[in-house]
Amino acid sequence: MYDEETLARLLRLLPPAPAASVAAAQELPLARRGLDDLVARAEADAEFRARLVADLETALAEAGYEPDRALVEALRSRLSAD
Amino acid sequence: MSQPFVSDAQLVARCRNGDHAAWCELVDRFSRYVYAIAVQAFRLPPDDADDVFQEVFARTYEHLGRLRDDAAIRPWLGQLTRRLCIDHLRAVAREQPADGELEAGGADDTLDRIEESLTVHEALDELPESCREILDRFFARDESYRTIGEALDLPSGTIASRISRCLGKLRTVLEGRNAVPAPSGR
Repeated sequence: MYDEETLARLLRLLPPAPAASVAAAQELPLARRGLDDLVARAEADAEFRARLVADLETALAEAGYEPDRALVEALRSRLSAD
Repeated sequence: MSQPFVSDAQLVARCRNGDHAAWCELVDRFSRYVYAIAVQAFRLPPDDADDVFQEVFARTYEHLGRLRDDAAIRPWLGQLTRRLCIDHLRAVAREQPADGELEAGGADDTLDRIEESLTVHEALDELPESCREILDRFFARDESYRTIGEALDLPSGTIASRISRCLGKLRTVLEGRNAVPAPSGR
């Protein structure tokens, strides 16, 4: 069923994903923990919340967070749900 | 020493309990699969494939508590990746209308091959570390005999025969998995 040629072809089909993509996905939970902190802070601080809503990326960067796409989208979704 | 085998269901359960190492393992276990669907089946360019890749794992993380069957994480991930690739292609088609039909790049056949390939890669886990390493480096990472020899401290003249032996072991594992259990009197 699996001759050497077939196995070789199938093994070649799954090269590693780019290391940076894998690392970013692995860091997601850490980013989400930061997200919880941010949401809590926005709930407690109206001025901070207003700055977040007005310009999410800049407010995140000013607060010391890397405003990567996944974090921005997740935070936007959380803020609009509140 | 080889790591104890952790099933997909066990891994998902550990992720749900906030085990970061388990999350890293889950991403690692399925990263090739998700990326291959985006790049090979749907022919997404690298930046777009990365967007889909991140979105797949972001949604997976969000849905960990709502999965119906932890053991079915692989088909769930496959379906989610396909759906997000299609959404992505539709969004691109809306922004940049082109002549002709939406191209999914003959996705069905490629998806079948990717599924089969993942099964073979999973079988690699049952091989000794030395075999896993040499087969992955040679076939999946496309490394030369020389690079492999330097990395693994092996004479490059022995690599072809090692690869052949390891392929034989891999075939044995796969045939064992596919064997229909004979009726037994035990």
